[in-house]
Amino acid sequence: MKERLVLIGNGMAGIRTLEELLELTPDKYNITVFGAEPYGNYNRILLSPVLAADKTIDEIMLNDWQWYRDQNITLHTGHDKSITHIDRIKRAVTTQDGLSVSYDRLIVATGSNPFMLPIPGSDLDGIIGFRDIHDVNTMLEATKNYKKAVVIGGGLLGLEAANGLMKQGMEVTVIHLMGTLMERQLDKPAALLLKKHLEEKGLNFLLDTQTDSILARNDGASQRVGAVKLQNGQIVEADLVVMAVGIRPNIALAQEAGLHCERGIVVNDTMQTFDPSIYAVGECVQHRGGLYGLVAPLFEQAKVCANHLAEMGYARYEGSITSTKLKVTGIDLFSAGNFHSDEQSEDIVYQDSQEGVYKKLCIRDNKIQGAVLYGDTIDGSWYFQLMKDQTDISDMRSNLLFGQAHLGDSGHGEADRVAMMTDDAEVCGCNGVCKGTITKAIVDKKLFTLDDVRSHTKASSSCGSCTALVEQIISSTLGGEYSDSPEHKPLCKCTDHPHDHVRRTILDQQLKTIPDVMHFMDWKQTDGCHICRPALNYYLLCAWNGDYQDSPESRFINERAHANIQKDGSYSVVPRMWGGITSPKELRAIADTAEKFEVKTLKVTGGQRIDLFGLSRHQLPEVWSDLSAAGLVSGHAYGKSLRTVKTCVGSEWCRFGTQDATTMGIKLEQLTWGSWMPHKFKMAVSGCPRNCSEATIKDFGVVAVDSGWELHIGGNGGIKVRVTDFLCKVSTEEEVLEYSGAFIQMYREEAHYLERTAPWLERVGLSHVKQRLVDNDEERKVLFERFKESQKSSQDDPWSERAKGHAQHQFNHLKTLGEAL
Amino acid sequence: MSTWIPIGRLEDIPPLGARTVNTEEGDIAVFRTQDDQLFALFDRCPHKGGPLSMGIVHGKSVTCPLHNWVLDLEQGCAKAPDEGCVRHYPVKLEDGQVFLSLEKND
Repeated sequence: MKERLVLIGNGMAGIRTLEELLELTPDKYNITVFGAEPYGNYNRILLSPVLAADKTIDEIMLNDWQWYRDQNITLHTGHDKSITHIDRIKRAVTTQDGLSVSYDRLIVATGSNPFMLPIPGSDLDGIIGFRDIHDVNTMLEATKNYKKAVVIGGGLLGLEAANGLMKQGMEVTVIHLMGTLMERQLDKPAALLLKKHLEEKGLNFLLDTQTDSILARNDGASQRVGAVKLQNGQIVEADLVVMAVGIRPNIALAQEAGLHCERGIVVNDTMQTFDPSIYAVGECVQHRGGLYGLVAPLFEQAKVCANHLAEMGYARYEGSITSTKLKVTGIDLFSAGNFHSDEQSEDIVYQDSQEGVYKKLCIRDNKIQGAVLYGDTIDGSWYFQLMKDQTDISDMRSNLLFGQAHLGDSGHGEADRVAMMTDDAEVCGCNGVCKGTITKAIVDKKLFTLDDVRSHTKASSSCGSCTALVEQIISSTLGGEYSDSPEHKPLCKCTDHPHDHVRRTILDQQLKTIPDVMHFMDWKQTDGCHICRPALNYYLLCAWNGDYQDSPESRFINERAHANIQKDGSYSVVPRMWGGITSPKELRAIADTAEKFEVKTLKVTGGQRIDLFGLSRHQLPEVWSDLSAAGLVSGHAYGKSLRTVKTCVGSEWCRFGTQDATTMGIKLEQLTWGSWMPHKFKMAVSGCPRNCSEATIKDFGVVAVDSGWELHIGGNGGIKVRVTDFLCKVSTEEEVLEYSGAFIQMYREEAHYLERTAPWLERVGLSHVKQRLVDNDEERKVLFERFKESQKSSQDDPWSERAKGHAQHQFNHLKTLGEAL
Repeated sequence: MSTWIPIGRLEDIPPLGARTVNTEEGDIAVFRTQDDQLFALFDRCPHKGGPLSMGIVHGKSVTCPLHNWVLDLEQGCAKAPDEGCVRHYPVKLEDGQVFLSLEKND
């Protein structure tokens, strides 16, 4: 006999809980849902665009009737079926029309109600809140017959309602009690810009204004609203009044049932109310003193609640930090956290009234505690991330306000104002995805997360440089984005554990194989996927060095074939050229090999080596055999590993050279080649500050000066150009080697798989690296020792092994039937 | 009736891996899952023709090495929201010997 689960409230939070629950355990419960509105579950966030005629009701439906039938959910909707009583002793709920349904577990997701000002005349016709489809239909109906509308309340909802009504052709006045608009999300300068902008669009504002009463029309018998009277005696004509002065959690039912309520229904971290068989989620809930009305926290609550209903019992909701966007076309606005200044906080402000751009970051203890952006919000998601992760920003403080793009962002540069972008503007340059395609997919396919958008549109799924833009589009379409920060983000869909947690557990629990990790950490898929397996393989390799039995089947093809797969399935091969130095003998061997195997293209790479293209996998062992004979080894051009050490010619020949850069480069490459890392790793050595080897955009760069060597870290010349941070200056070659090895080991042990040094460094901070490498000689030496130890088991040339017959199954057919047929 | 062609021993195919069989019409990839189930697909991803045999095998799926499309090994179809299918072939295991049939299942 299945347990009975009843859900009161057919809205986004409640239904999301059921969706999460059905994914975890499809057959545990007989489910009954009660909804007071006569619809399936729809996306309440998108009511504003419906009002503004940007979308239709059908477009915002999330779950239609068929969905409930497919899931075997009994659905009761409409006013008659609204729940009037919860009997906690008998464990049953009763509807308006007397239907009684028993439950074993109950979810209360009754949402909230708009607060209607209790002023004289508030019971007239034509006065509504802005909460549901009914309200929107009432407003749309009014726009057909009437001209003048008043919106009471200049907050987020009020302004969206006002904008919608204006777009429907009404003359709209917004009355607001406070002196500035959206005072909960914006400070004064940003609010002034917003007001100016909205006035230009045609809205009228009465600020610092209190409503006294609402008057009926002057035509005698009519019960319809005719005007709004203000406390200063002024009369504003109105055929429609929208009250948007706030929402109140809908807790009447819970209170009547004797559940403990304060402002909302009080729940613990498992979303349980004071009655253990009753859970509550969504806007009706009060958690750790806080109320939430945005989609991201509600979905997080839904996930936790489902976890406990499925009796898995480990998830906890710990509250959410939220951000806000205004869904008004043409206005870019972002707000998050606490942006009110006080004695302990410091503000960083940028203001350009002419351009309509305003940015303010509120910093406390070197961490962002709040942000307000107006006009240019591209960095909103970055600041939000830094805020959620409580990242120490002292290292980037001077550049912080100019945004992540200031650190270099190829491809997008200046034209990043999402709201200004036209629908045909290209967002994702890799996959050719335009803004319009993304917004359409978000609505049509009912997407909420970055992952959803990636898989449906391919935007931001290749190089990722447009991720911030895509996040911006999600939040400007949905009013807030819903994605976890990397610190908390699960490694992949096979697990709930984030990267750092997995790495720690491998060490703490002495887990030595991929199946051990998956078993111990309750992986959802028995052998994981293409995302987690390579990551686990690397983490285990890094943790246990030579003791770990590498799993080739968990490596990406390039690292299995030891060559780079190309678009036609052929491979390219890059022999190592130590420090960029070669010889006639090596060049002759490459030339002979290229001719013998009819190599299609010979290309000089950016890393000062030669790439042989168009080889089939069947040829690879023979190619390597020939190259090995000339002393050439694998260049690991295919691996998450050390790639090249680029050098300039240095003091040996150059008239400006101060040190022997090539010898230094060769020594660095000999020390570090073969090391597996979280991602590819590039180095360079320049013989003087003219820096011809471009060392300051490498993961580890060395620039010679007369008195020694400058060491630079965390550079990147790829998707996002990032100039290195200066680590320190040393005087001897031995020190350069020690610092490089120690830095690599720190990166190997701390970075997430597939995280380059640049984003890793930005995540942990330069100070953190300096503390361990520069300020602490002991620690640096220990790291360097660990690196050398790990190198003992990694410096075998994979090519010569395979040329001699190792792992031939990778290169041969199992059987050839070609001629037989 | 299928004509079963012996192509090799189970141990010739690594667990969570694949080997290829060359035919006149092109390569066929024969996959082995963790629990020793065998599947055979035409070795060209429906997306851009990537060699599926070189992908990472997980559960009853393989991820194409070129652009990470995930294909179901039983039916040869891409996991939603991607769309597209590739031919799959009958394959069986008898006394450690792997047999393939070239009878196409589209």
